[in-house]
Amino acid sequence: MGIFDKFSKLAAQLDQVRAFFGGFNVVIEKIISPTEAIVNGQRVILAGTNNYLGLTFDKACIEAACAAIKAEGTGTTGSRMANGTYHSHVALEQELSEFFGRRATIVFTTGYAANLGVLSTLVGRDDLVLLDADCHASIYDGTRLGGVPVYRFRHNDLEDLEKKLRRLREKNPSANILIVVEGLYSMLGDRAPLAEIAHLKEKYEAYLLVDEAHSLGVLGEKGRGLAEEAGVEEKVDFIVGTFSKSLASIGGYCTSNYEELELLRYASRPYVFTASLSPANIAAARAALRIIQERPELKERLWQNAYQLYGRLKELGFELGPEPSPIVAVRFRQPEKALKTWYGLLERGVYVNMVLPPATPGGEALLRASVSAAHTPAQIAAISEAFAALA
Amino acid sequence: MRREEIFETVREILAEVLNRPVEITPETSFEKDLEVDSLRAMEILAAVEDRFDITVPINVLNEIRTVGDLVREIEKLTEGDHGHL
Ligand SMILES: Cc1ncc(COP(=O)(O)O)c(C=O)c1O
Repeated sequence: MGIFDKFSKLAAQLDQVRAFFGGFNVVIEKIISPTEAIVNGQRVILAGTNNYLGLTFDKACIEAACAAIKAEGTGTTGSRMANGTYHSHVALEQELSEFFGRRATIVFTTGYAANLGVLSTLVGRDDLVLLDADCHASIYDGTRLGGVPVYRFRHNDLEDLEKKLRRLREKNPSANILIVVEGLYSMLGDRAPLAEIAHLKEKYEAYLLVDEAHSLGVLGEKGRGLAEEAGVEEKVDFIVGTFSKSLASIGGYCTSNYEELELLRYASRPYVFTASLSPANIAAARAALRIIQERPELKERLWQNAYQLYGRLKELGFELGPEPSPIVAVRFRQPEKALKTWYGLLERGVYVNMVLPPATPGGEALLRASVSAAHTPAQIAAISEAFAALA
Repeated sequence: MRREEIFETVREILAEVLNRPVEITPETSFEKDLEVDSLRAMEILAAVEDRFDITVPINVLNEIRTVGDLVREIEKLTEGDHGHL
């Protein structure tokens, strides 16, 4: 038995796909703009990024990142708990606290590390976690690292959530129960019914954590996410998010009204045992956070694009996610059909994400198209027409 | 609840979800003998949770391979008020 034998099934699947298309690991040979790149020598429209506000090439963000590199160097070469906390890390934490109107914020090296760092530490052996089944892998992994009992309710199913809360509360009258949901779910682009979830959280005296990775800068009048849009920020105890989507950088955060959140810095392994964010990443995220506040028109453009693409694909008869959002998920019952459509789109100059089971909910295959504020109406039309040719 | 009663209720649930009469012993494997896939497994779990009014932590799901494993887990979760449920 060789150490790689356990991957033999995976290797066989990959061979099958390769026989079809000669591989599907896309390499961006040249990135041209937030919405265009060269792939396989061909110019393609990018309709599968998380660049919701299109800020990766924003002049102010680039200048801030360049200035930070020149002033502070290319890397910090150390942990936040050692030599890796610069003035700019602290400044970003303060700016996030002000933006969200909360008392404490911790910045992590990625959004993945933020979920790992918070969930593995916040929840102890006498506490319980109740997750939406469609939560991101980083949430599952965080609870696994903590080794705590994890319970799951059916995706966005309030009845199932209440049933489980009731049972857990009856059997564990004094336990801390943490409910974890996302703002916008990354696969189907649907929102959590957050007002109702916040109500149940209060009824059963639980805590509530919302991962707003895909909703920062996308939902809410001020761009603070679904908690703002649903009017329940007071009831959300912890918000986790990332700089790798709307903020066009890299990094993650957790923000809360509990000042005790600060204690996690001393206990959270994914916070302590990794190097801190580079000065350029911090500077770019800070610049983008200012832009979210100064240019609300970006969010409006993003939503216009979302409605345009969702509406057109719906007209064409594709089976989509339950509601229009910047993530437009096209669902396929047969993975082969998804593969063929994905490849056909690429041939027609459109890149979307392909997600195959088991990474998808319910065992179906998805083409996950996503739009950006930087897409022009003509680009959205071109994406729609490429889909039309394959409908 | 006694182990025999739990076992009998599990047999009823399996017959309902799999839509066929099933013959089971504690050693019956969900995957190998009953050919339960992951989607069916979720349905069985939901039915078990509702019937016994329990919530099974996902941490133990990987360890439930046989009918006997499931019965023991249900037994654990329906007895007394100590520990998590
Ligand atoms: C819901 C959710 N949480 C967390 C992450 C992780 O973020 P990051 O890319 O910063 O590691 C992602 C992105 O992949 C996500 O979709």
